[in-house]
Amino acid sequence: MSDSDRDIVVCRCEEITLGEIREWIDRGYDTVNELKRMLRAGMGPCQGRGCQDIIMREISGRRGVPLDQTEPGTVRPPVKPIKTSLLASGGE
Amino acid sequence: MREFTTDILVIGGGAAGLSAAAEAASAGAGVIIAESDLHLGGQLVKQTHKFFGSRDEYAGTRGYKIAGILMAELDEKGKNALSMTSTTVTGYYPEDGMFTAMRGEESYIGIRAQRCVVASGAQERIIPFVNNDIPGVYGAGAVQTLMNLYGVRPGNRALMIGAGNIGLIVSYQLMQAGVEVAAVAEAMPKVGGYWVHAAKIRRLGVPILLRHSIKEALGERAVEGAVIAELDDKFAPTGAEKRIECDIICLAVGLSPTTEILSHAGCRMSYVPQLCGFAPLRDRTMRTSNPSFWCAGDASGIEEASAAMIEGRIAGLCAARSLGFDADMEKLDEYWSRLDHLRAGEAGEKIRAGIAKVLRGRWED
Repeated sequence: MSDSDRDIVVCRCEEITLGEIREWIDRGYDTVNELKRMLRAGMGPCQGRGCQDIIMREISGRRGVPLDQTEPGTVRPPVKPIKTSLLASGGE
Repeated sequence: MREFTTDILVIGGGAAGLSAAAEAASAGAGVIIAESDLHLGGQLVKQTHKFFGSRDEYAGTRGYKIAGILMAELDEKGKNALSMTSTTVTGYYPEDGMFTAMRGEESYIGIRAQRCVVASGAQERIIPFVNNDIPGVYGAGAVQTLMNLYGVRPGNRALMIGAGNIGLIVSYQLMQAGVEVAAVAEAMPKVGGYWVHAAKIRRLGVPILLRHSIKEALGERAVEGAVIAELDDKFAPTGAEKRIECDIICLAVGLSPTTEILSHAGCRMSYVPQLCGFAPLRDRTMRTSNPSFWCAGDASGIEEASAAMIEGRIAGLCAARSLGFDADMEKLDEYWSRLDHLRAGEAGEKIRAGIAKVLRGRWED
């Protein structure tokens, strides 16, 4: 891994670098969901819209699995942040 | 929680969504359009160039005028269609049959609909390179919004990454806004966009550097330049590098479909490179594997606005028909012949291959 990987931001919301993604894939955390749990990549305001594609390509390349057989992360509502006060008041 | 009820919820008020809503409302269905942006029209509203394609899809008309035509058609339907702007559909909960949405930042609503057309469009891709998070690195579409919608000049000298249609058109529009374009760098060995767009910027002296990609953005607090690297046949760097003087870097490296709501609804998806990401399986009526959900436009696979408008028409027509409204199903064949026309020839080869992977026979009713 080159030093410059440490300067390449993959998940902008949570500030996760390409270096970190590669390091954790090589440790065996080689699915989008596992990387999300370990690093919080894809758990920020954009919910992985920007980084999931890059992370899947990294997993595919490092594991030698074709991209169309690489699992995306689980998608759950809500798609963007909602204030808890709105949920607590039943959305009134 | 305030609740709204309608026959058909159309998610996204762009080219596909407006067409779907107009078609469904014409058949008599009640429609709510939920649009996350401040205004309807989607990407059409910033397209200042004239469209290609066919006359039926407004070839020769500038994109923002097409948005106006579709909105006027929708206005004629009056009470059948309700548009909600600044409204992001945040989730679909199958067990309750309920959609939730944020209206602005302070209002959270529920929407009950019997059918849904997902026309939520696409998002711009970003690529990894050193310093890609400093101010001055933009999506090309974002730059187009800044210039054509808000009248903001994004910088003085731009480097464009990607010579597809978006990269080429936005390069020209940057020059129209008084921004110098230092170069267009393209990783592939040939220009991806239409020749006429490429010729236009070449005539103005902008170099298009094929087999080149960005390696690094220079600058501490904002972009002060860029380093681009030459690539070999296998897209590996040859070692030859160039420094480009620029204060903005525009990424026109592709789009991916926005499909979260389709996932919430359990629609079967497939990764299709020709459609630029995960795309829903669908039949000829644009119905997905969830019988209450239809898809249209870039959310169903990246194509372009003319095809998105026809897919929207098909989805709106067929969703209305499925509820028993008087939709003229003879139009379905006409719409498909228009789609086939747009996708004909060498230029349509990629999209035809992509569609073949996701198109299914009619889902069992």
